[in-house]
Amino acid sequence: MSSDLIIAGRAFHSRLLVGTGKFSSNEVMRAALEASGTELVTVALRRADLSGKNDPFANILDFIDAKRYLVLPNTSGAMNAEEAVRLCRLATAAGLPKWIKLEIHPDPRYLLPDPVETLKAAEMLVKEGYTVLPYINADPVLALRLQDAGCATVMPLGSPIGTNRGIETRAQIEIIIEQARVPVVVDAGLGAPSQAAEALEMGADAVLVNTAIAVAPDPIRMAMAFRQAVEAGFLAREVGLAGTRKTAEATSPLSGFV
Amino acid sequence: MGRQAQAATFRHFGRAMRMFAPVYLSNECVNGCLYCGFSHKNAIPRITLAPDVVEKEARHLLAEGFRNILLVAGEHPQKTSIDYLEKCVKQLRQLDVPSINLEIGPQSTENYRRLTAAGAEGLVIYQETYDRETYRRLHPIGPKQDYEWRLQTPHRAAEAGFRRVGIGALLGLHDWRQEALAMAAHLDELQRKWWQTLFTVSIPRLRPAAGRFTPPSPVSDRDLIQLVCALRLAFPQAGIVLSTREPAPLRDILAQIGVTMMSAGSHTDPGGYTQPAATPTIEPEDHSPEQFAVADNRSAREVTARLRQLGYDPVWKDWDACLN
Repeated sequence: MSSDLIIAGRAFHSRLLVGTGKFSSNEVMRAALEASGTELVTVALRRADLSGKNDPFANILDFIDAKRYLVLPNTSGAMNAEEAVRLCRLATAAGLPKWIKLEIHPDPRYLLPDPVETLKAAEMLVKEGYTVLPYINADPVLALRLQDAGCATVMPLGSPIGTNRGIETRAQIEIIIEQARVPVVVDAGLGAPSQAAEALEMGADAVLVNTAIAVAPDPIRMAMAFRQAVEAGFLAREVGLAGTRKTAEATSPLSGFV
Repeated sequence: MGRQAQAATFRHFGRAMRMFAPVYLSNECVNGCLYCGFSHKNAIPRITLAPDVVEKEARHLLAEGFRNILLVAGEHPQKTSIDYLEKCVKQLRQLDVPSINLEIGPQSTENYRRLTAAGAEGLVIYQETYDRETYRRLHPIGPKQDYEWRLQTPHRAAEAGFRRVGIGALLGLHDWRQEALAMAAHLDELQRKWWQTLFTVSIPRLRPAAGRFTPPSPVSDRDLIQLVCALRLAFPQAGIVLSTREPAPLRDILAQIGVTMMSAGSHTDPGGYTQPAATPTIEPEDHSPEQFAVADNRSAREVTARLRQLGYDPVWKDWDACLN
């Protein structure tokens, strides 16, 4: 069994996706991406130059080596399907890959995704030939609807963006994983490497981390920690975790001797 | 409090600092606010920039790096009419300014709709003081006398489709703790009603200006820092905006506590960036055409270099015009 993550037919060795917001500088971001081992990097289109003028004051993409990483433009800032689709078309015209992390969050405070607009935009984008990775609340039925619409993954949130509260939607994510035919990427809210490992152990195919790395006192070493945690979590899942029980069981049982 | 505020800011905003700069369109004003340099009673040279000159000012700021421009104008139904304001927004829109914001006299919802349709993203409107009695005393003449109309302005702005709406109190006019509580109540009400609008809070402290007004309730540096901490803790996700009214060392401190958006290298007189006749920033005299005296005279380049030194990423572009 290959340990690669396959999204829309493309293989990735790393199961850690990384976001590029909130870093102290583009240089630190670049170093953290490298340390994380990621191959899939998401960038907010609203911060990039989409005019084709190589704006030196909006040059975040210059710090992400397109040969090394697949750039996954995201639609953060869009409040509805129409705006998201418009952003995607502009990104394509600016020469970015037709892979989209679809995020539509009309509430600027908790940045929780709008299920109605997300489904609508996903249907439109899939029709236009995009590979769509939608950010969603941990809603199993919505996940199924998006799968049916042709999305390449589903990306349920563990907890709201930037909260570092971990997997608070566990029961719902378990159902999403159980029913999924596409990779499940736990996105948002993962604040500690142990939480990323937990997601992989649960059966998630990958995780996306941004805030916990970007605002750490040392983002580069934190990126390494997440990389190792994701590898550990996936390995543990492949092996299979031992079950839990209420009673103690000796590590060197006596029963064989009596 | 400072440590908690800083941690909350990091979680939601990270180490990004959004940069913006004002373009003053006009210092014509029909109001007589006792504290403002633009008060119609002050004998200052009155200027309203033609849209072409506004474009020149914007080009200057674009070359400096700014992608977020705030157009500021006094309230004057003829000189800064809705037609004029709309023209200015359209002119900037043609220049591909990604984020155009306005700080102008209160308008009707219908007028605001014209401005959002023209491509404006945000609106800033300060209540100045939430204390009705103080408000009445300080605004003896002009349409600004109407407290209620001003208080409802952010509602109309949100209704008309502005994506960002900024509110604030002019600190120094009334007891700052009471102002802070009233502003918090205002913000809370706005956020509940207009859950799709991003609200920001500004913390302008009264600066010297023509007219020589003395702040009746001065706010110390320490008070201002406490206010930023309190706002951040009460509203972890609200943008907090800081202008060049404050001196560099204090701005550096506030940037590390809770401020998420700041201006730099600002001129507060119409034409201040590109017009040769413009006065350089000086300690105000009775005839200065500025709205207030700038206290942080560092250039945008110097401010952003300092932010980088402090571990912050100055973000110029955080919006795309295609979203409007």
